[in-house]
Amino acid sequence: MEYVTSLLSLALIASAIRVTMPILLAALGAVYSERGGVINIGLEGIMIMGTFFGAVGDYVFARQYPALVAAIPDLAPAAGVLAAMLAGMAFALIHALVTITFRVDQIISGVALNLLAVGLARFLNILFFGVATQSPGVSGFTPVDIPILEGIPVLGPIATGISPMILVALLLVLIGHWTLLRTRFGLRLRGVGEHPRAADTLGINVYGMRYAGVLISGALAGMAGAYLAIEQAHLYFEGMTQGRGFIALAAMIFGNWWPLGALGASALFGYFDALSLRVVVLPVPSQFINVLPHIVSILVLAGFVRRAQPPAADGVPYTKEEE
Amino acid sequence: MHPVLIELKGITKRFPGVVANDYIDLTVLRGEIHAIVGENGAGKSTLMRILYGLYQPDEGSIEVNGSPVVIDSPRKALQLGIGMVHQHFMLIPRFTVAENVILGSEPAGALGRLRRKEAEQRVRELCRQYGFALDPAAEVSMLSVGEQQRVEIIKVLYRGADVLILDEPTAVLVPQEVDELFANLRRLREQGKTIIFISHMLDEVLEISDRITVLRRGRVVGTVPAAGTTKSQLAEMMVGRPVLLELEHPPVTPGEVRLEAREVTVAGRGGRPVVSRLSLAVRAGEIYGIAGVEGNGQTELVEALVGLRPVTSGRILIEGHDVANASARAIRLLGAAHIPEDRHRRGLVLPMAVWENVVLGHHSRPQFLDGAFVDRKAIESFANERVEKFDIRLSNIDVPALALSGGNQQKVIVAREFSFNPKVLIAAQPTRGLDIGATEFVERQLLEARSNGMAVLLISANLEEVLSLSDRIGVMCSGELVAEFRRGEATPQELGLYMTGTRRAGATSP
Repeated sequence: MEYVTSLLSLALIASAIRVTMPILLAALGAVYSERGGVINIGLEGIMIMGTFFGAVGDYVFARQYPALVAAIPDLAPAAGVLAAMLAGMAFALIHALVTITFRVDQIISGVALNLLAVGLARFLNILFFGVATQSPGVSGFTPVDIPILEGIPVLGPIATGISPMILVALLLVLIGHWTLLRTRFGLRLRGVGEHPRAADTLGINVYGMRYAGVLISGALAGMAGAYLAIEQAHLYFEGMTQGRGFIALAAMIFGNWWPLGALGASALFGYFDALSLRVVVLPVPSQFINVLPHIVSILVLAGFVRRAQPPAADGVPYTKEEE
Repeated sequence: MHPVLIELKGITKRFPGVVANDYIDLTVLRGEIHAIVGENGAGKSTLMRILYGLYQPDEGSIEVNGSPVVIDSPRKALQLGIGMVHQHFMLIPRFTVAENVILGSEPAGALGRLRRKEAEQRVRELCRQYGFALDPAAEVSMLSVGEQQRVEIIKVLYRGADVLILDEPTAVLVPQEVDELFANLRRLREQGKTIIFISHMLDEVLEISDRITVLRRGRVVGTVPAAGTTKSQLAEMMVGRPVLLELEHPPVTPGEVRLEAREVTVAGRGGRPVVSRLSLAVRAGEIYGIAGVEGNGQTELVEALVGLRPVTSGRILIEGHDVANASARAIRLLGAAHIPEDRHRRGLVLPMAVWENVVLGHHSRPQFLDGAFVDRKAIESFANERVEKFDIRLSNIDVPALALSGGNQQKVIVAREFSFNPKVLIAAQPTRGLDIGATEFVERQLLEARSNGMAVLLISANLEEVLSLSDRIGVMCSGELVAEFRRGEATPQELGLYMTGTRRAGATSP
């Protein structure tokens, strides 16, 4: 009983929500990219860029405009998020250029991005901060309370003192789902991911739509990285993404390439992630708990992958010239 | 209004090494169904792609409604009212009918929100206007091929086309669907639409069109009215020499059963049976044809017979040996030859030379070995002899198979599979994509094999071919053999009823 209580404790759930966010944002990005037909395994690398540039943007803005930040403290982290999203898009642009325009294998490009990001972050960190693996501390957003929920006693711990980025992320999921399902942009993006030749014959700019999908994924994965640096750790340090970009891909697959699905899957992975982070009274070695999120993602995918319905042209480069 | 809707003048298009269109003149009248016929490589598709803006002509001009135009993109073609119904459907299976129709020109409101109701309503109206039976909310993956084709036509009409180019529209349809397509096309013509109909099926062309233009090797041979023109006249215009349309089918007394399937069940993706409890027997000196809409288990049946797919239950006998779940190699060694459906993936190793492809799978026969090594001299002399016998057109046997035309690639496969005295031949779609000349060649070979006492199992989506070659015909539908006929017992229409599952009967024994 004691175990069950600890597994469902509000503190654990609150923590789960927090660690879900970076996975969720990156998974949402992956949804856009893959719905357009581009596998973006470089999400991990883009997240690394997001963590670094999130911290840099935050730090630099606070140093440059101390008066402004003194008046409105949230401006510095906002600048960090913006910088991370731009950096993420710039990094994603490489992926788009290489895979869409030059039709290089998408997996290879993604792996290359991941390798590049590790080295680049280290190099830039030395350039900016003089040390290899860590940035100075940065400030996060002012936590907010959710007005209605905070009154309910049981939900108090979950509804108070939370990051505004969590609310933004949840909003982005809803917007994403609506966009893919109900808008012209969404229909075209999905069309391009299902059958690019058909979309092309109907006058849709296949390359343009795919670029859009990849760039959005870059912005969202960058934001995911920024969340880690700015909201969770309050600094950048090397290796802080811990493979969450890959878990996000798993979440996207388990979520069947839909934003709301990705939310559910991310929450599942986030829960086990939180479990591994917290000291929970369980009769098993802590090392086992630490590998739980990865084991869960393997099990879930192994069980699910048969029923998964990826976009039909996912991962297939498109050549405009015919036959 | 100008009676001449489209006028192509002196259209010339060159590709490296070939002149695909050589000074072509074509006049399309308003409100007619104009067929363009010709063999593969005659330039039909190139010409239509020029008209639809996918290619630019090197020389020549296009006039629409009497005024000169430049069509540099499909978008421009559509603005001029010219729409194309592609041979390979450009549909997204997971989208609904309405979504497929509106994609690219969606009715949308603020923030790009789709007006789904409005879209479905507009599609419904188009269907009503032209008498098309379609549910706009249905998912395309659930539709039959004929229905999918209707979606393609509606797509073009939705974009306001007055001229519809249909590229080989009947190639994928069963007879009933062809009848329905033709009824729809006539209704479109009544409502003032102009239709350009590309085909090499001469019966159909004569039935549906008002005028027919024949192309051969990139040139216009002539334009004739359909009324008063015969099939053999057209064939001769197309090929440039008299063609025997009906091959002789001499009586052969069938011998013993060579290939037998007993209650064979084969599982497809996900474990669902795609062939269920199918039984048939093919005798020496007999062609057994399997008719059926593609995707009803024929592919899987063939794969099971030749050892490329496991059999869940049942027995497969070749000359009495049970070969269910035996390896492809073991089955070949028993004398089973296979002309595969997908010649590029299964029939040839495209980057390998013709001499290598001609002995593929037989390369370890003692006659081709010199100790542990391949005896290249022996193989080359064998290959040269085959090339001559099967009239394979190539510069030399060292060229890779991918450099050959489709017809010559198929001849390489036929040459290989007819060698080494096969007892049983399993021919899947042996003439798909071949022109009249090459088709005639392959069909002749099948009949000759039959006369020589081979047991031939012929699987073809081309019903005419099945009817003209087979001694017996089995119809497959949903993985079952739903009917079996002797030669001359069934009409195409009857077979069509069984193929679509409208009618079914117990299979009769041979």
